Amino acid sequence: MELFVNQVLAGISTGAIYACMALAVVMIYQAIDHLNFAQGEMAMFSTFIAYQLMQWGVPYWWTFPLTLIISFAGGIAIERALFKPLGNAPVLVHVAGFIALFAILNSVAGLTWDWTIKQFPTPFGNAPFLGSQLISTHQAGMIGITFILLILLFVFFRFTRVGLAMRAAAALPESAKLVGINVSWMIALGWGMASGIGAIAGILIAPVVFLEPNMMGGVLVYGFASAVLGGLTSPFGAVMGGFLVGVFENLVGTYIPGVGNELKLPIALALIVTVLVLKPGGLFGRAYVQRV
Amino acid sequence: MSTMLAIKELRSYYGQVQALHGLELSIREGAVTTLLGANGAGKTTTIRAVCNMVRSTGSIEFEGKSLMGRPTESIVQYGIAHVPQGRGTFTTMTVEENLQLGAITRKDIKAIGADIEKMYAYFPVLKQRHTQQAGTLSGGEQQMLAVARALMLRPRLMLLDEPSFGLAPLVVRDLFGILRKINQEDKVTILVVEQNAQLALELAETAFVIETGRIVMSGDAKEIANNEDIRKSYLGY
Repeated sequence: MELFVNQVLAGISTGAIYACMALAVVMIYQAIDHLNFAQGEMAMFSTFIAYQLMQWGVPYWWTFPLTLIISFAGGIAIERALFKPLGNAPVLVHVAGFIALFAILNSVAGLTWDWTIKQFPTPFGNAPFLGSQLISTHQAGMIGITFILLILLFVFFRFTRVGLAMRAAAALPESAKLVGINVSWMIALGWGMASGIGAIAGILIAPVVFLEPNMMGGVLVYGFASAVLGGLTSPFGAVMGGFLVGVFENLVGTYIPGVGNELKLPIALALIVTVLVLKPGGLFGRAYVQRV
Repeated sequence: MSTMLAIKELRSYYGQVQALHGLELSIREGAVTTLLGANGAGKTTTIRAVCNMVRSTGSIEFEGKSLMGRPTESIVQYGIAHVPQGRGTFTTMTVEENLQLGAITRKDIKAIGADIEKMYAYFPVLKQRHTQQAGTLSGGEQQMLAVARALMLRPRLMLLDEPSFGLAPLVVRDLFGILRKINQEDKVTILVVEQNAQLALELAETAFVIETGRIVMSGDAKEIANNEDIRKSYLGY
């Protein structure tokens, strides 16, 4: 029983990483209806920007908002420069764009900051959290920030006019234009916000997985799995999906012989396929009623 | 009364296909005008052209200011509300959110709440369902919602694309009654595009008849309604 509890707790703490990433994935999916394969690299790049600022002697608590602002602006710039011209091009063209962005960000980060693994500081420290050996204060802080982020997003989309306009632009672009919403800028804003959330995820993840250009590879797959499991239309679902995937992968690794650490990644992929077959809307995705 | 909207020499295209061939139409301020015609005649294209949703040449002037080339989302700034074909309901959002979206460009945020209450007074059924997902409303209720959403802009000109489409006759009567009230009490100028000519001619003061992208007849709505030849050849009743 103790083993079980321990594994669940450990799962929740890795789940927080996935939850953060899944949140960024869902953000951009809401805005543009595509999965951004370069999301992880964007987050990695933002984290390197934070790293560079710290190298220049900027204190941590200044680095954080600065990185957020730079990433937000960067996300908008990427949308304006790369994806707005693509416009209504077919899905495959967008996918090619995402992969190009992936390769560019990955290589530029490698060239600029080289490929060696770097330490990244945490503001929360790494002491055991409330005396537990399984959750560190950093992981607890990460879970806390994920939930704060989720609440802020909920409030933004539910209670602000810009949030309402963004939802309308994503749901029905043509009607949104007729009520006067600038759909094109709403999409750019979605990119900016996804990029900013990705930056937060990167900064929180880097102290755990260490900073390097390929740090997000595995995490992004789990992020996708979480977003699909929770429902791509629901930020809340994405976060819950993140924790569930974290716990699930840990339990499977512990109790099913032969899985171990090496086979954990295929579990995420198997999970994506299973959810898409059995419940395409995800666990928390809203099933919308439609009259025909 | 002065001319509010003047359309001249309007030619519109879908790809290589030309849908409007030099259409001319004008709307007087404060009036209800109707544009009648058969399926595919170009009614929808005409009001889509006003909102720059279809590639066009010619001139469209609203109170002397050209609308040509203005992006669709900027048309509301002139106080023009467009109720599109198929109602354009944000089906995944609640009724109240749909109403708020109608007022999304307004700066006088404090007055919006009162306007929502006013819409609930016009359309009591929307109040009963204000927290309900808009996609669950019946066709008639969704059309009421679409009109209410357009009114939330406090428009000066409202463009309606086949509001009677797919609705039961009784519901259509209700709706047209409300449109009349909106025109008379709120002083909203209305252009209504219709296939249901009989009803539209009762509501409107001026009528235009469109056939294959050209205006073939225009004049006083009562006269057109009383002229049997016109009715038989163009309006099919």
